Amino acid sequence: MNLIVLPVILPLLFAVIMLFAWKYISLQRILNLVGSLILLIVSVLLFTTVLSDGVQSLHLGNWKAPFGIVFAADILSSVMVLISSIIAFTTALYSFSTIDNERESFGYYPLLNTLIMGINGAFLTGDVFNLYVWFEVMLISSFVLLVLGGTRNQLEGGIKYFTLNLISSAFFLAAVGLLYGLTGTLNMADLSEKIKLAGDNGLITVISIFFLISFGIKSAVFPLYFWLPSSYHTPPSPVSAIFAGLLTKVGVYSLIRMFTLVFTVNSEFLTNIILIVAVFTMVTGVFGAASQNEIRKILSFHIISQIGYMIMGLGLYSVLGIAGAVFYLIHHIIVKTNLFFIGGLIQKLQGTYELKKLGGLYKVYPIIGLLFLIPALSLAGIPPLSGFWAKFLIVKAGLELQEILVVVISLFVSLLTLFSMTKIWNEVFWKPAPKDNPEISFKHFTLSKKIMIFSPIVFLAILTVIIGFSVEEVFQIANQSANELLNPINYINKVLGRF
Amino acid sequence: MNLLFAVMIGVLYGAGFYLILRRSFVKVLIGLILLAHGANLLILTVGRLTKGNPVFVNSGTDATAFADPLPQALILTAIVIGFGIQAFALVLFKRAYKTAKTDDLDEMRNTDLSS
Repeated sequence: MNLIVLPVILPLLFAVIMLFAWKYISLQRILNLVGSLILLIVSVLLFTTVLSDGVQSLHLGNWKAPFGIVFAADILSSVMVLISSIIAFTTALYSFSTIDNERESFGYYPLLNTLIMGINGAFLTGDVFNLYVWFEVMLISSFVLLVLGGTRNQLEGGIKYFTLNLISSAFFLAAVGLLYGLTGTLNMADLSEKIKLAGDNGLITVISIFFLISFGIKSAVFPLYFWLPSSYHTPPSPVSAIFAGLLTKVGVYSLIRMFTLVFTVNSEFLTNIILIVAVFTMVTGVFGAASQNEIRKILSFHIISQIGYMIMGLGLYSVLGIAGAVFYLIHHIIVKTNLFFIGGLIQKLQGTYELKKLGGLYKVYPIIGLLFLIPALSLAGIPPLSGFWAKFLIVKAGLELQEILVVVISLFVSLLTLFSMTKIWNEVFWKPAPKDNPEISFKHFTLSKKIMIFSPIVFLAILTVIIGFSVEEVFQIANQSANELLNPINYINKVLGRF
Repeated sequence: MNLLFAVMIGVLYGAGFYLILRRSFVKVLIGLILLAHGANLLILTVGRLTKGNPVFVNSGTDATAFADPLPQALILTAIVIGFGIQAFALVLFKRAYKTAKTDDLDEMRNTDLSS
């Protein structure tokens, strides 16, 4: 089935076409929008195909697995591709009125497409070394996007982001090498079987810890997250929105994939480590957010604490726990991107992200207040929005496994999340506008630009509400995906072509 | 042979991590490069070092004495990726030096301080 390769090929194709239209920026904008729309349609098709026909796989160049490179899409992969396409599409819309001409003329749109290509590749590949390559494709695009524009803050944040992610790649590469030396294969499905034959438990544990460190840096877990809060608030708002939504989640996806498919041998030891890491990630992230006074910094720290919940779902290692983690991924990407979009909108109105200089927005634009409340309350876990159900599933899984302490801490963290969101609400919307920054207006915004900046926010807010009200369907998908991840026999058979 | 490689990889990793902990940009970059080389040699070593064996053997002949070409293919890919990223790093660090007028990472705390 060739549908599976399209989410990777399409962004590449459009990036190449855009490079030929280097000087025609308005053409690039339209190409970007059209490309992401086609990508969205393709992802919906892939998702429905996977849902109805089961795991899809493609052996590139007709080399049989495990010898050739394999693309495979189970429910988790196709859901992630679908969500990343939604984010790509909304970012394409949002970029119209928020990215400046200078960045546009230095390859902003082609880079956005190669970034999406790397992300989708990482979601779809069935080969560990290929995963490394897709990570690098994603990283190099993100490096350039992060520092594009070259302000001092961007460069400083960029250096930290760059260095820590490169160390993560070195760990990843070493782990891949060791894994190959031990098992003689790199195909994930094949690895899943061969690693059980290896028997040499000491080295397998070392390799799994290498993967944990590498993906841990990429998904920003405690104590490896320091690159995130020092870099995510520096680029322009659409860039930080797409980073916040997708990049760390590729790390979480890889953790879920590797630790359900490949490293199940000594899971007792691993799951304990993952649970402890999850608790510290939640707590330190939310405390970091409480101490910040800049919208995007608060939101960046909240990414970290939310990653803790997903890792907790993985650490519980039950069907419900993994289903909770998948649900959380779906919910979190949409909500977090939306919050960054709204942050950018606020900055457009009052010219700053600093809470001290903001205020009085509710009086002038009450509708923005409403649009902010939907994702903010969802993030904090207020029913009936999507975040409540995500947290509910994970807490329920924790209670079933008698992990009372972890559950109590996670509920406490969610209370503090509500505190942070209330802080933003009070400072930005309810407080009267400060005397030194009283002006609230869309400066030189035409009507079409206003529509372009509001439509993605409204779209994602509606999606949040829809997920909240159709929990049953989304949970079914998450549950099916968790079952598939914990009993990967279908995936393995499909990828290895045994029927 | 294996012991020699093991020691060399250890030295490369050690030197790489030491340099990454330094405060100067350039040393950090050299550290990252050494780390990448260490990882590449690690792949070569754990993929079994052999000498003078052919890569492909006919079916039916003794398959124990052949050289596995896959680790080398992996390393080649990793080298190419590493080369691109290091080239980018050089430009990034130079630009940062020009903008911030310093090569001391301790001076680069603007983005971490809450204003």
